[in-house]
Amino acid sequence: MAFLRAFGAYLPARVVDNHEMAAATGTDPEYILRGSGIVERRFAAPEESVASLGIRAAKICLENAGLVARDVGLLLAASGSAEHRFPGPASAIGAGLGINGVPAIDLPMASAGSLFGMALAAHLAPVYGHVLVVGSEVMSRVVARHPAHRDTAILFGDGAGACLVSPQTGFAEIRDSLLASDGDFAAALRLDLDAPLYMDGRTVILQAARKIPRAIVELLERNRIPPAAVEAFLLHQANLNLITRVAQALAVPEGRFFCNIQRYGNTSSASMLIAAAEWRDRHPSPPAGPLVFATFGAGLHWGALLATPYAGGAADLLTC
Amino acid sequence: MTKQAKITEIVEKLSGKPLSIGPDESLFESGVLDSFALTDMVGALEKEFSMRIPDADLTPRKFDSVARIEAYIDSRS
Repeated sequence: MAFLRAFGAYLPARVVDNHEMAAATGTDPEYILRGSGIVERRFAAPEESVASLGIRAAKICLENAGLVARDVGLLLAASGSAEHRFPGPASAIGAGLGINGVPAIDLPMASAGSLFGMALAAHLAPVYGHVLVVGSEVMSRVVARHPAHRDTAILFGDGAGACLVSPQTGFAEIRDSLLASDGDFAAALRLDLDAPLYMDGRTVILQAARKIPRAIVELLERNRIPPAAVEAFLLHQANLNLITRVAQALAVPEGRFFCNIQRYGNTSSASMLIAAAEWRDRHPSPPAGPLVFATFGAGLHWGALLATPYAGGAADLLTC
Repeated sequence: MTKQAKITEIVEKLSGKPLSIGPDESLFESGVLDSFALTDMVGALEKEFSMRIPDADLTPRKFDSVARIEAYIDSRS
């Protein structure tokens, strides 16, 4: 068994609104809002990095969990915008937390990495103990590389999220997950060496609009849970229009889908964890119903994860 | 109703206006449909022509114009 213990998120201070983005990319603010639902996003400061953002989110997550860094038995760090081909940011995040010696594994998976990390953490927690999953991205630098693609650059922001998966207790039990990959569309969303992020938006949207709801439906059906019974859907914040399409496909009110893309843009592998952290901050009580997480990203990789309320969670947390 | 007329009807319903471009012109470059309407169009085509379009065939190029859509549907018949 494995449990969701806590989330944490960190967003850089600098707010870049659509007026600034429009001026930088030669478009107009209304075009950005209409096409994506994004109002503003955050950009990292020059001295910030993928690792430094991840460390900030991880510390907040640990504080929310009531734990300290040395309690962590394994660190999984997802990022698609790491500054180096290797090493990835995982070991630097571990060093920043003061837990050198604890295994730290990189998941270089844009957008989908944090969900893959959570699913792996659920299986690894019984062996390693508390698993800290971090998703951290400085997308603003990779979309700005020359020649920048306007319709891609307007979508992305920077930030980090973290999740602590515990083998003992938490506010929800990770019940099941579904992970999938399809390399036939690998070229549709990629970051080549020294090139700006490339995204064939139509292909990505076509694939995502079908694969995300199908993964969620399959996961819920095999656990005999109707979509209408889900308390909250916490998805990768790729595009508000895409989230709306997923809600329609599942015949679930859009209000069940927590959205903060309006304020942060698409923060790739960090976005789902940032959304989860904000959702949890607003809903600190034990959840009344199942939670569904879902992502879709470069690879293509996608998946969904189901967590259900854990009746023993509140009492156990008081004794841990 | 011909196949092309059925496809045109679907496009017009999604765009909310009469189709003013030729069958070989791009529905997307001409601004008739956007990326999200493309996903709706694929669903409407599956329903209208009683077919299941596999994920591997979900590339914008196959659905870029009325003529291309018709050719794709013919290839599946």
